[in-house]
Amino acid sequence: MKIAVCIKQVPDTSATLKVKPDGSGVDTEGLEFVISPYDEYGLEEALKTKEKMDAGEVVVLGLGPERVTKALRSGLAMGADRAIHLADAAYEGSDALATARALAAALKKAGPFDLIWAGKEAVDDGMSTVGAAIAEFLGIPHVSEVKKAELAADHSSVTCWSEVEGGTAVVEVKLPAVLTAQKGLNEPRYASLKGIMMAKKKELVRFTPADLGLGAEQVGKSGSRTEVLKVEPPPKKQTVTKLIKDLEPEAAAKELLRLLRDEAKVI
Amino acid sequence: MGTEFWVVAEHRGGQLRRPTLEALGAARQVAQAAGGKTAAVVLGKNAGNLAAELGKHGAARVLWVDNDNLDVYSSGGYTHALAELARAQKPDAIVFAASAQTRDLAPRLAARLDTGLLPDCIEMNWDASDGRILAKRFVNSGKALATVKARGTPALLTTRPKAFAIASDTGGTADVVRCDISIDASHCFGKVKQYEQPAAAKVELTEADIIVSGGRGLKGPAEFAILDELAAVLGAAVGASRAAVDAGWREHAAQVGQTGKVVTPKLYIACGISGAIQHLVGMTNSKVIVAINKDADAPLMKLADYAVVADLFLFVPALTAELKRSQK
Ligand SMILES: Cc1cc2nc3c(=O)[nH]c(=O)nc-3n(C[C@H](O)[C@H](O)[C@H](O)COP(=O)(O)OP(=O)(O)OC[C@H]3O[C@@H](n4cnc5c(N)ncnc54)[C@H](O)[C@@H]3O)c2cc1C
Repeated sequence: MKIAVCIKQVPDTSATLKVKPDGSGVDTEGLEFVISPYDEYGLEEALKTKEKMDAGEVVVLGLGPERVTKALRSGLAMGADRAIHLADAAYEGSDALATARALAAALKKAGPFDLIWAGKEAVDDGMSTVGAAIAEFLGIPHVSEVKKAELAADHSSVTCWSEVEGGTAVVEVKLPAVLTAQKGLNEPRYASLKGIMMAKKKELVRFTPADLGLGAEQVGKSGSRTEVLKVEPPPKKQTVTKLIKDLEPEAAAKELLRLLRDEAKVI
Repeated sequence: MGTEFWVVAEHRGGQLRRPTLEALGAARQVAQAAGGKTAAVVLGKNAGNLAAELGKHGAARVLWVDNDNLDVYSSGGYTHALAELARAQKPDAIVFAASAQTRDLAPRLAARLDTGLLPDCIEMNWDASDGRILAKRFVNSGKALATVKARGTPALLTTRPKAFAIASDTGGTADVVRCDISIDASHCFGKVKQYEQPAAAKVELTEADIIVSGGRGLKGPAEFAILDELAAVLGAAVGASRAAVDAGWREHAAQVGQTGKVVTPKLYIACGISGAIQHLVGMTNSKVIVAINKDADAPLMKLADYAVVADLFLFVPALTAELKRSQK
């Protein structure tokens, strides 16, 4: 079974972000970058499937600037067999749809794959678009926000459990398919020292748009269908914290309820 | 030429989901500014009775695709139906309420129609200068706010729960238009086989007006019972920090934060949660925040409107008791 995992490199989730004064975006200067957490769940699941079958291949792929190599190497260190980097100045400014179009083209070229994982969303732009859009571009089904997946014994289909409002939806799709990973799927492993050493020797190929048969109008800003006009700091709520302390529980409870009723008027 | 703004109605078990009315509220306000109309799209078997409610809340038309193959949601069937409908009728924009189903459907539709999707908008305005919707949405888990536009028609947008007021009651009636679209079983891949419901109906976290949330300070799964009791009295949903979820005390569905849900209730009561940045990004836009912590210096105590320095095991039951007393 051939499994692909799409990886996005994003600013470390614990980072405090600064917005550029000109409003053009987040200032990435000096930021640490990591694999977007949901992508790690997808990768872990792919590696587990391969280990269980004791056969097949796991390929990680990502689009973005030079630094993305590091995320792909981390994926290789966790256990992926090879990596594909869509690296070229022409990809710059690609939105979720342009990214999905390019990733789909790379998956076609390097595939066919039986199963493709992506994160349910990237924690930077939060578009939650790429996985489903890849599936559409490849003409195969997808299931979103998967928290549990079970392959059929003959590997012809996969049954997925996804959380929906008020419960869980169970969906079965034929392979090949794209699944997007939700937290709860598994606990991603850490790369071992041996894994990190081995990762250095694993294959990492690069594809330009031309390699994928994509024209200039299909990638980057011209291939995008959304545009960001301005990025600003989030509106700051001015809070003056009222402290309730040194009171017996009953008195403190009474005081809080009074404030919530008479001052905040929320209950 | 009449511009039209569509809202895709989400329904389950014959009931309209409330966030759909928020999406309708957003669409109506944009339509008004644009001098256009709003229409609601209802997909599904026998879902036509939702038309009355949608009309009452201001949809001028209800486009109803009644088809046996749309009896339950499938990404394939719904994408096909909406794409065909949009190609035939050319609306300016299609607005959805953000939900699990929308996050499954809208991106696939965007790819099929080769158009832009703007998920989780908190603001929408009509830009008359170019006849497009100008929207605002949080990025980087709320650490920044982006002003965005979609290229391509129809623009696809989704509304973040509770960011828009529900469409007011206009007392109107919608023209119900039955739309014939040929849909066969082969279109309907990704069909939901089954919905597994929890034993007890719960208030949905993202749609709740009040959330009572617990963290590592709760010490264990059984102790969450004191939060369940408080929540029951308040009609609130119960949330959790990642520490509580990873410890197995609560389901992931309850997790608030970067790798959980982003919530914006009127009132968020955090019990025994320190306020790590990954938690804060999930609840910082709550209208009123209460933090209960032994440690007055915990980050969440600084962000809170009301910070109660107390042992939660003493304070929370006292709060519940006090509420019960005052409700009598
Ligand atoms: C990639 C990534 C993603 C993450 N995503 C999320 C996320 O989505 N959501 C999230 O919540 N976290 C997330 N985290 C984890 C986050 O960094 C924190 O570890 C977590 O939020 C801590 O949970 P906590 O506040 O419950 O626990 P702690 O930080 O341990 O805080 C417990 C608090 O309880 C108080 N306390 C203890 N006993 C009592 C008592 N008897 N009475 C009153 N107060 C008491 C303590 O004073 C303390 O402040 C993420 C981390 C990473 C790296």
